[in-house]
Amino acid sequence: MAARVIVIGTGPAGVRAAEALVEAGLRPTVIDEGRRDGGQIYRRQPEGFTRSYETLYGTESARAAALHQSFDALKSRIDYLPETLVWNISANTVHLVSGTSYRTLEFDALIICSGATDRLMPVKGWHYAGTYSLGGAQVALKSQGCSIGSRVVLMGTGPLLYLVAAQYVKAGAAVSAVFDTSTLLQRLSALPKLLAIPAALKKGIALMGVLRKAQVRVYRGVRPLEISGSPEHGVSHVEVALQSGMPFKVACDAVALGYHLRPETQLADLAGCDFSFDDAAQQWLPATDEDGRSSVKGVYLAGDGARIRGADAAERSGRLAALAAMQDGGLKVEGLVALREQLRVFSRFAAGLRAAFPWPARFASMLPDETIVCRCEAITAGELRRVVRETGAQEANRAKAFSRVGMGRCQGRFCAHAGAEVIAAAASVPLASVGRLRGQAPVKPLPVTLVEEEGATE
Amino acid sequence: MTTSQQADRRADVIVIGGGIMGTTTAFFLRRRNPACSVIVLERGLTGQQASGVNFGGVRRQGRALSQLAMANRSLNTWQHSKELLGEDIEFLPSGHTRVCYHPQDADTFDRYAADARAYGLELEVLHGKAMFDRFPFLGREVLAASISPLDGHANPRLAAPAFGRAAARLGAQVVENTEITQVEKDGDGFRVETAAGVVYRAAQLVICAGAWASRLTEQFGEPVPLRASGPQMSVTEPVPYVFKSSMGVFTSIKQEGIYFRQIPRGNIIIGGGPPGPADALTRRASVLPINTVRQIAQLRRLVPSMAPLHVIRVWSGVESYLPDNEPVIGRSSTTEGLFYAFGFSGSGFQIGPGVGETLAELIDTGSTPIPLDSFSVSRFAAFASSSQARPVAAAS
Repeated sequence: MAARVIVIGTGPAGVRAAEALVEAGLRPTVIDEGRRDGGQIYRRQPEGFTRSYETLYGTESARAAALHQSFDALKSRIDYLPETLVWNISANTVHLVSGTSYRTLEFDALIICSGATDRLMPVKGWHYAGTYSLGGAQVALKSQGCSIGSRVVLMGTGPLLYLVAAQYVKAGAAVSAVFDTSTLLQRLSALPKLLAIPAALKKGIALMGVLRKAQVRVYRGVRPLEISGSPEHGVSHVEVALQSGMPFKVACDAVALGYHLRPETQLADLAGCDFSFDDAAQQWLPATDEDGRSSVKGVYLAGDGARIRGADAAERSGRLAALAAMQDGGLKVEGLVALREQLRVFSRFAAGLRAAFPWPARFASMLPDETIVCRCEAITAGELRRVVRETGAQEANRAKAFSRVGMGRCQGRFCAHAGAEVIAAAASVPLASVGRLRGQAPVKPLPVTLVEEEGATE
Repeated sequence: MTTSQQADRRADVIVIGGGIMGTTTAFFLRRRNPACSVIVLERGLTGQQASGVNFGGVRRQGRALSQLAMANRSLNTWQHSKELLGEDIEFLPSGHTRVCYHPQDADTFDRYAADARAYGLELEVLHGKAMFDRFPFLGREVLAASISPLDGHANPRLAAPAFGRAAARLGAQVVENTEITQVEKDGDGFRVETAAGVVYRAAQLVICAGAWASRLTEQFGEPVPLRASGPQMSVTEPVPYVFKSSMGVFTSIKQEGIYFRQIPRGNIIIGGGPPGPADALTRRASVLPINTVRQIAQLRRLVPSMAPLHVIRVWSGVESYLPDNEPVIGRSSTTEGLFYAFGFSGSGFQIGPGVGETLAELIDTGSTPIPLDSFSVSRFAAFASSSQARPVAAAS
């Protein structure tokens, strides 16, 4: 097999993919945007920070340590490019920026392990300073040992809601309230699927115990109404409708939002991979086979960047994608069947999580017109609805062209899901028919100071 | 089929192509003659191809002198677009400035300014210190600037769709998602058939199908050597609005030829440099990563203070070029009642409304004071006789 294998990402999927390649005697290039390995979930603290694994990762400390040790052992046997962004992909070539330096690398096989970010639903006032995503709130804590505020509200749904709350409590931060949009009944009805991995279910229940012990107030079945604040002083209150319908207001100086996760799929998109609408996730996802082969020859997708199944599944899907790449390259590989079987269990558990913490699509149609949907471009739900009504735009890219929703620096990564729901509701069409925003380079903003490395491009 | 459906598919004029040419032709036809029924047939959505992805320059200067009469007509429409359309397509008469790095190009500015005056285009050319006094942010390599104060820019994503909606409000029928595969003269009029087999008929036919025009014109014995090419566009994050004039580099060196404009909300839109690949058949065009890297290097050269900015997005689209970089506008040379407007070679946006108005006049009255001879399709007669019709090839 040709030796040019590139792995993007050093989270659980990327590390295990690289490990499988090294085991087979290959020397992959491993590219990561971060300064240190570990990805988001097992993010390593900056050099010089001394918190213990137990402090940083809690119940996941053994997994985190194992992944970090694996990667440390790989470092001399791979070409590791940290702090390097893959900003575009063309035929068998990745385009890199590191600092202000541009270069390209060719590949025969590319394994994209791009991870996930929070899936977000707008709420009126979420543009005020002090509003974070749950993932962002967790990064602040894990990386810098900072809380996002002195009185914090966590709102949304999904396992991360409770994990971040518990981590904040353990770190000594004041959590004023946890607002969960899903209900206890939804949680209970998802139990049979969640029992696919009893240990994971048990960990989730333990998180609730941490919150109970700390007397953190947890409200279920809420509907977010408004984040109040001012441009000068940022967030001051969060108001929700409780399950009873009663309005309820909590004072705070920071709020973190998130409704489970969404895969970071721009790289797969730029690589030309086909996408299909996933009814269960209510998202457009890159199409892969069971082992992670995309529709593009030589491009493989693994981890939460392909579909949300969690870190343990990511370790396995990363390894599986690497095995698939080597198999396609003519190498003999082993262990495919066992990995596939394990991943099926994770898929079942992931379906349970989706049922327990459902994406609250209905909120999109209830957003007041003045709610900002696209924060980069400051476009309101009302403006997006006007565009749908007056121009007849019912497709995501058409609505973007007319309204600018998704045109800013995040390129729709944080507003496209909700924007599509607003369009679907305003046009009375199914979400799938709204389509998805076409990926456009660069994946993240590119400095105008960019210079070509000498002899780095052909 | 019911009688009313049959009536829906018959009009005095059919326009194929809902870009800036087709939508403005329909708009002006309906505006000048409410008795003239018009159907616009668009394969995708209005303004989705070259009309929607271009730079958005509303620029007269630098055009061949033969285009200026129509470009002036266009400018009048751009200036009144808000009243005409009932909505804002973000036309900004910010001025347009050409700058250059080479002495021979500075000489060209002086000559062009003298020549263009006779065509109603007033330009101001500044050299050296006078130029830096006006534009202190320009890189020190810049030698001269040619300023066209009445030109400016507009939002290409909004313009053609807005003309399409305005035409529809005036009674034109705009039919989207309708691809035309067969066109022919049928008795006194034209028979136009869609890919789905639906037939439309009209007394007169206008083909404004951009990069896809040749497949239709060849059915009238007039294939043209259209070549698809992808403009390489990028945009920065919003920053304070300071660059009022749209600017571009005039040069014979392709790599240097970049241009930019800033919109009041702050983003700076950049284009120019070598083109990227485009394919009319697949409707795909892409931005070559190296083109973006070299384009922003040229941006630093032109305006060094832009170095701290970031490019947040790039895009391209399918534009079509003719070998002499001039469009085909006007009557068919083989078929009575048939009109063309395509092949604008990367410079169609500004002139679009002027072309539409001129074609509408020509169709409605049989003549126009605007000279169209130099845009005649007949200049490609040699191509038509020497070659079998070919599909639009990918750009090199």
